[in-house]
Amino acid sequence: MSRVERITVRDSLSLSITVGAYGAAFGAASVANGFSVLQSCLLSLLTFSGASQFAAIGVIGAGGGALSAIATASLLGVRNGLYGVIMAPRLKVSGFKRVIAAHITIDESTGVALGAQKRNEDAMRHGFWLTGFGVFFFWNIFTLAGALGAQAMGDTRAWGLDSAVPAAFLALLWPRLENNRDRGLAITAILFALVMTPILPAGLPIIATAFIALVFGLRR
Amino acid sequence: MSVFWLATIGTSVIAFALKFSGHSIPQHWLEHPAIQRVNALIPIALLSALVAVQSFTDKSKLIIDHRLAGVTVALIALLLKAPFPVVVLSAAITSAAVYRLF
Repeated sequence: MSRVERITVRDSLSLSITVGAYGAAFGAASVANGFSVLQSCLLSLLTFSGASQFAAIGVIGAGGGALSAIATASLLGVRNGLYGVIMAPRLKVSGFKRVIAAHITIDESTGVALGAQKRNEDAMRHGFWLTGFGVFFFWNIFTLAGALGAQAMGDTRAWGLDSAVPAAFLALLWPRLENNRDRGLAITAILFALVMTPILPAGLPIIATAFIALVFGLRR
Repeated sequence: MSVFWLATIGTSVIAFALKFSGHSIPQHWLEHPAIQRVNALIPIALLSALVAVQSFTDKSKLIIDHRLAGVTVALIALLLKAPFPVVVLSAAITSAAVYRLF
């Protein structure tokens, strides 16, 4: 294996294992929010996008309806579509391979691929496939482990799982807060969601904050 | 069909549709800076709202309980640049301890 390939494999594998391990947090949180082990595993296998999955179970856990959950999760999934736009001309695949490439187009596979691009085109493609499959494998294994673990716990509040979910959201949010506009938006969204919770049906206060993001984004 | 199955299947179908459409549409359609900006901001708004609702509400009521302790510890962990598993675990342990004590 050449040096360039070793770097790509190392990056892909280390990221796959660490990111995949978060799957345990998802599996546990999903069961704590009322989803079955099977449903939790299907979400990881078929949705395969961490933020969207956490959002879907989060909205349902807060008492929201299926439509609110799907809409919130889908808005968080839009960025995967944009990654697809970036990756398609670089991967140049079609047919069944394009279906598979699309399914594993997530933050990590796109990130490693774009990072490896400066080495060469092959490293970029290897990085994408290796990271995509690697995260898929570990994410699903750990989801099952987390879901089974939570099922065995009984009262998940006594194990802190009801705080693990907002903590996970906070950790997903944190690296996205790059400037004062981002922080202003975050605080506005938090206040809006809390003020609207007693007024609007469950789930709507969350999805409605997308409009606040729209206003912030179009302003300048 | 239960709300859980609807959410599971609906989320999965749309998640894949979004990914696949990205691989199938021309790149220049989405290059407008306003679209890029809004796309970066939507996750910030939704994740913030999810943090708030999951921490301080129960059904349609605002409430302060053991979760405040857990989320506060998560915030401190993030300020100290702790990695994701540490953030989630420290929040869970704190929250569980407060829940069991009171």
